[in-house]
This record gives sequence, structure tokens and C-alpha cells, in this order.
Amino acid sequence: MLLISCPNCGPRDETEFHYGGQAHVAYPENPDALTDRQWAEYLFYRDNTKGAFAERWVHSTGCRQWFNMLRDTVSYDIQAIYKMGEPRPDVNTSAATTPEGATK
Amino acid sequence: MAETATPANPETLRAARRSPASHLAPTFESGSVAGTVALKEIPFQTMVGIRVDRDSDAGARLASVTGGLPAACGEISGDERATTLWLGPEEFLVVAPESAHDSLGGDLVRALVEALGDDPGQVVDLSANRTTFELSGVRARDVLEKGCSLDLHPRAFRTGTALATEIGNIPAMLFKTGEDSFRIFPRASFADFLGRWLLDGMREYASPEVP
Repeated sequence: MLLISCPNCGPRDETEFHYGGQAHVAYPENPDALTDRQWAEYLFYRDNTKGAFAERWVHSTGCRQWFNMLRDTVSYDIQAIYKMGEPRPDVNTSAATTPEGATK
Repeated sequence: MAETATPANPETLRAARRSPASHLAPTFESGSVAGTVALKEIPFQTMVGIRVDRDSDAGARLASVTGGLPAACGEISGDERATTLWLGPEEFLVVAPESAHDSLGGDLVRALVEALGDDPGQVVDLSANRTTFELSGVRARDVLEKGCSLDLHPRAFRTGTALATEIGNIPAMLFKTGEDSFRIFPRASFADFLGRWLLDGMREYASPEVP
């Protein structure tokens, strides 16, 4: 069980949250101009990162607000939690490979 | 909303309605352990959902009706006549006794609708959305801890705090009204499940403690 620190409510169990997939996937400037392949890649293709991965979460049984999280997909270490719309923060990725305490 | 708030014959409707856990009332009574832990339903409380920006003019007008809007998670405002719980940064739940409802001579919903006016936001009568359980007694916290992963110790969860969380795997609001008393607001459809869950959690306290 992950313990996720909601920016509004503080640390809560993972079961109170829902996952929203990869963060920072920008809507295309001009969707009409895309080929079917480019559109499909925008809709369905996501990174499958090993290591630090920026993703969206929503605190669905709490404040019902979305936020971004930088999580290590190997160790499940949560490296940063930041607001929607903020750029991905720089986090020392060497720490990501050494799971510490807050693992799966 | 005016249509639902002022039915043609309030008394007929009042006699016909059933609260979500009314069928469990005798079980709640027999399942309660005198002096240790007690469970009962407080049916038909008036509840109004508010969505508004606290810092806007409309937020200030609504706050003057409710007696303030809570600023952060866990906080409440108002008094027993109308308590406002924090659900989200721009989302609040006003809980008031049954008599505050417009169909029974109160004016809570109308006052809130008028306070919001045409500004961005919403005021919705949610009285039928949730029911209220009151769990009280020296073992109330032990019963809750079986199904709720929050830190319920008094040093972390103080009287006069309300949190949206999961109890027995269902989403519910948990409001600590006194040292040993809690109010739980589950959605109506979960009332049967949560009522039975709490009863099950209370069972062990009916028997003498095993040393």
C-alpha cells in the first residue's frame, strides 16, 4: 500500500486515490492537421518508463482534486508531488534506484 | 429546486418516507452495548452542497449565511444549527437538523440559493444523498479503527474535525463531535452495508474482555 501525500489533505492510503496516467501530455495545437497515426499516438501511446515517471492522480474519496506525482516505477518511491499545470520538478534521479522505506 | 423544496402536502410525504437504514433500527438498538458503544441513525438531516470560491464575493455572502466557510481539510464552521464541513478547496457540505429544510418551515436552502445569486458556483439540496450514523461510547474509536486507516487518536483527530475518507472500504465523511462520539455520513446506498459493518465491529464489546 502506498501512502500518498495529497496536497490538500495530507498523507492518505493509496485506495483513496485513482490513477490518471502519464502527466504532461499536451493536447495537440491543431488536431485537424494531424494524421490518423499522429492522433492515435496522442490518444493511446504513453511512455513506459523504468525509473522516475510523472503521472496524474486524483484524491477521489477525499478532496476530489487532481495533482501530479513523480514516482519511481521500480521502487515505488514518491519523489515529488506538485500541482496540475506546474512543470515537472528536477529531482535527483540517483536516489530513485535505492528504494528506501516507502516501497511497495 | 423550488419544486422539490415545497411539495403539495408535506405531511403526507413526511409520513411516507423511509430513511436509508430505518430497517436496521432495531438491530442498532440490540447491537449497542450500554456504556461501551452505541450506534444509531439520525435520519433526514438537511444537507446542502456548496461549490464556490471562498475568496469571491459570492463566497463571502454564503459564508455570512453558514457562519463562515472552512479554510482547510478537516476544519468545520458554524454551530449546531448549521455546521459546514470542508469537502475540497471549493466544495463544502452544510449539515443542519431536519427542521431547517424548506419543506418543513426552514429556509436554509432558499437562503443559500439567494446568497449565491447568479455568481459562479452551485448550491444543491443534498438532503437525500447521505444519511447520518452516530457512533458513541468509550469503544467508538476502536470500532472505527477496524475499518478506517486514518490516525483517530485524539492527539491527531480532534473534536470538531471532519474528514472525507474510507470506512469499511466505502467513501464516507467522518465528523468527530465529542471526545467519544462520531458522526458518519455515508451515501444512502451504502447505509445498509456500513450499518452492518459497524454492528459487526461492535459485537466483540458485548462479551467480557479476554485477558
